[in-house]
Amino acid sequence: MSDDTVRTRAAPTARGRPRPGALAWAPALTLGLMLGPVAAGLAGTVAPALGWLPALGGDHLGTDAFEALRAWPGFPRAAALSLFTGLGATLTSLAAVTLICAGWQGTRVFHAIERGLSPLLSVPHAAAAFGLAFLIAPSGWLARAASPWATGWERPPDLLILQDPNGLALIAGLVVKEIPFLLLMTLAALGQVPSARSRTVARALGYGPVAAWVKTVFPRVYPQIRLPIYAVLAYSMSAVDTAIILGPNTPPTLAVQVVRWMNDPDLQLRFQAAAGAVTQLALLAGALGLWRAGERLAAGLGRRWIERGGRGRSAAATRVLGGGAAAATAGALGAGIAGLAVWSVAGVWRFPQATPDALTWRSWERYGPRLADPGAETFILAGAATGLALALALACLEAEQRYGVRSAGRALWLVYLPLLVPQVAFLAGLQMLALAAGLDPNRGAVILTHLVFVLPYVFLSLADPFRAWDRRYAAVAAALGAGPDRVFWTVRLPMLVRPVLTAAALGFAVSVGLYLPTLLVGAGRVQTLTTEAVALASGGDRRVIGVYALAQTAAVLLPFALAGAVPRVLWRRRRGLRDD
Amino acid sequence: MTDAAGLRFDRLSITLGRNRLVTLDGHVAPGDVLTVMGPSGSGKSTLLSVISGTAAAVFQVRGGIHLDGRDITGLAPEARRVGILFQDELLFPHLSVGGNLAFGLPPSVAGRRERRRRVEAALAEVNLAGFANRDPATLSGGQQVRVALMRMLLSEPRALLLDEPFPRLDAGLRDRIRQAVLDRARTRRLPVVLVTHDAADARAAGGRIHHLDPHEAGTDLRPSPRTGDPA
Ligand SMILES: Nc1ncnc2c1ncn2[C@@H]1O[C@H](COP(=O)(O)OP(=O)(O)OP(=O)(O)O)[C@@H](O)[C@H]1O
Ligand SMILES: [Mg+2]
Repeated sequence: MSDDTVRTRAAPTARGRPRPGALAWAPALTLGLMLGPVAAGLAGTVAPALGWLPALGGDHLGTDAFEALRAWPGFPRAAALSLFTGLGATLTSLAAVTLICAGWQGTRVFHAIERGLSPLLSVPHAAAAFGLAFLIAPSGWLARAASPWATGWERPPDLLILQDPNGLALIAGLVVKEIPFLLLMTLAALGQVPSARSRTVARALGYGPVAAWVKTVFPRVYPQIRLPIYAVLAYSMSAVDTAIILGPNTPPTLAVQVVRWMNDPDLQLRFQAAAGAVTQLALLAGALGLWRAGERLAAGLGRRWIERGGRGRSAAATRVLGGGAAAATAGALGAGIAGLAVWSVAGVWRFPQATPDALTWRSWERYGPRLADPGAETFILAGAATGLALALALACLEAEQRYGVRSAGRALWLVYLPLLVPQVAFLAGLQMLALAAGLDPNRGAVILTHLVFVLPYVFLSLADPFRAWDRRYAAVAAALGAGPDRVFWTVRLPMLVRPVLTAAALGFAVSVGLYLPTLLVGAGRVQTLTTEAVALASGGDRRVIGVYALAQTAAVLLPFALAGAVPRVLWRRRRGLRDD
Repeated sequence: MTDAAGLRFDRLSITLGRNRLVTLDGHVAPGDVLTVMGPSGSGKSTLLSVISGTAAAVFQVRGGIHLDGRDITGLAPEARRVGILFQDELLFPHLSVGGNLAFGLPPSVAGRRERRRRVEAALAEVNLAGFANRDPATLSGGQQVRVALMRMLLSEPRALLLDEPFPRLDAGLRDRIRQAVLDRARTRRLPVVLVTHDAADARAAGGRIHHLDPHEAGTDLRPSPRTGDPA
């Protein structure tokens, strides 16, 4: 049944379709704006890596930059760290999401998890990392909660928990953010397969609920979340903000070292940085190859395992593990934000007390006024990038409906491409292109760069509800004499105001959380709440960090709250539009 | 008890809100068929979901269900050993035809060779020898039904539930497949509950017929929660 509906939706009748106007160019323009900077940036990285950057005196091709990179003593370890933390975070996140879904799908707990997802998803990476750091640090909340009665610690223990040399804290910081993302993508995929019915059939054949899910639902869900998983891998291998806050220092991950070289006053280090960025790209290609090989192996072994017929009755272990993973993720993010809030108003707070001696607004009075400029910059960048992304995505989807121009239906990976390329690999190139062209860093360039990252999320979140919209409404309106524009503005858009606002909030959140694009393309001169917060990491003053990270989180949560509230107010007398 | 074997309903009643949908008392002996008929929405599928243990929580169930002397009312679906065939065959699209059958075969049948042999034998039994490596999506409707049937029988159920089965088959094929299912149930001595709209089905089954009365669908005005899959 769903097959037919999809097909009729995807293939509008050829006859009676109006002649394409300007709108028909929207998909091409959108792809250009999204992929153009990626391609240009990659070229801008590869050229100096091979020695070509005349502005800095690089005028002959060669492998000097790569040799300099290899001569850096930290290189093998930095590269290994990138691989280890990236693969580790991706595997852990996928395992956790699988356990959560296998153990709990179809239960009341699962609905609760679904509902709690959006706020967790929207917490910026940097704020999440700071929050986690405040929890697990030797003087963090966890140690305080257990001290001195259980641990005997009167002073913070001398343990290297944060920034540990193996990157375990970094993996934890990545995982708490990637689990909500992957879970959201898995939920969307679960809507595409008859998961509940497959499970019913399998259980009637004697399978326990978890075995039923893993053997009949997972093999069909996995292909649909493959691209998001690759995006998680690409992000985790090269994340810079989380790695600065939680990752090791001597040496750091390769991506962090590249950024250090990019920011070094010694411009000659840019060649080495470019070589590092290219290496980062190669590392990702290697990791993806490894992952694909693992997929194939798992598929073969999995099929044999399925055909052996084991019924796996008990669900208890999976439930405990999945529930634990969900609780730990929500707890780490929730308690982390709470920790940021408490630190921002803490007076004297000695170890091992669990709460400060006194609460004071002093930190907010002192640093609050300094939030104004980066705060305004954050809102300008996010507002502009989100507005552009919305307009482009809507134009694409409307063109698709009117003229049957398929923007990204089949070539979904094109939409994912900006998320599959390590950020540092093309952002470094963009900065060097600007350098070569003698351009000053400016806000416009930063907005266009933000657009590259905001567009995929806005488009992906809008596409399903727009394509699922019942076209018979358009037919009815047209029969009443409304032209296509009027149908769009007065019927389609108002009916879809909820997904539009959700997509806007998501795009806004993505932009607010962006660190590297702002830092590299703005060349340090465009300062947002995020760049300022991450810059505070090395100082380690928890009260200031609390203020900035909390402001950053608020900048994200506010639009989400609005996106939820506006349709409720707008449609308070329209039952049919109130709950989707 | 002499009537311990088979499926016994012990003053079973299913209500939804204030509507009593189903009341059922009695015994289906091994190899016998109980045919349940009634208009759409009268609760036929609900009855089967209560027997197989997958009913939605909105339904209130009172009374007991015993299978071969064992009270299965509180058991998890997978522990009941009740096989069910739905309107759709629901073959798993990620597994081959043979993989679907192996999925049904209990793990106690050990060894790849032996499992393979059992799968081949099951296919041969329904005239599908050599189909093990086929993609289920490439099978005709009648072939899919037969695979789903054998998958269920390989799991060694102790009772059989059929919910308006084989709706897409033409009349001749339908008769033959229905006969094949009922024959197998008889030789394996399985009690069968058959839900159908179709008088021919009921006649062919030959057993007792239980009619569900249409309940007054208008009296309960609360919106019913969404269930099942969107697909
Ligand atoms: N999950 C549910 N929540 C609430 N009401 C339900 C649910 N599932 C079914 N119902 C209601 O219970 C009643 C019985 O449904 P059931 O599916 O058993 O009917 P049926 O006799 O099988 O009908 P049909 O012949 O159309 O298949 C119907 O009124 C239906 O709307
Ligand atoms: Mg029914």
